[in-house]
Amino acid sequence: MSAVADKYAELQKLGVEVISVSVDSHFVHKMWNDHELVKMVEGGVPFHMASDQAGNVGRAYGVWDETQGIEMRGRFIIDPDGVIQAMEVLTPPVGRRIAESIRQIQAYQLVRESGGKEATPAGWEPGQPTLKPGPNLVGKVWEVWNPKMEK
Amino acid sequence: MAEQHQGCARVSGSVEGAAPQSQPDQAIAPEKEKIMTARVGQKAPDFTAPAYYKGGFTSVKLSDFAGKWVFVCFYPGDFTFV
Repeated sequence: MSAVADKYAELQKLGVEVISVSVDSHFVHKMWNDHELVKMVEGGVPFHMASDQAGNVGRAYGVWDETQGIEMRGRFIIDPDGVIQAMEVLTPPVGRRIAESIRQIQAYQLVRESGGKEATPAGWEPGQPTLKPGPNLVGKVWEVWNPKMEK
Repeated sequence: MAEQHQGCARVSGSVEGAAPQSQPDQAIAPEKEKIMTARVGQKAPDFTAPAYYKGGFTSVKLSDFAGKWVFVCFYPGDFTFV
């Protein structure tokens, strides 16, 4: 979670709000923040750390693991209309890469701002050309994009 | 941020619109429990949960952030290692 907290300023600049969720109580969240996370991120966790002790929210999001009674590392990008645009779910031992989430948020924001007229090719990074799907692009993607453009 | 009274009840997050969990004496079974499962391209299940936020205890509701992009992150537990 400290990895997300560390990128919070960048997420805020993109107009993104963050909510973290686990089965720990909000009291334990406080202890974790005050005793450990504050040592990793200046000022501690700046967003809501939600508690879902019964797993109700986790079940609704398909990340509940009933054998361990915990929630998997699921992350969801939700647009201003409340629609889930992207999700990723990892089992516990591997951590996320927040930079990839931020890249996806930037891509979805661009698509939304274009009113759906633009799309982003594989590996797109901000500043790179986008695709404008239409009759003129059929069979011509190779002219504007190729796999080597992915960093 | 509204500071919330902290009782001793074990509180949890809950999904908006979901049936209460224990209704033992219900005479008529509900038609069919709505199972909400998150899917891309679909509305995110709304939820309310107790939260720790900037030094205080409060409650957070997903739909309170309507009109903004929201990044919801689940993780296995506080004080775990990854």
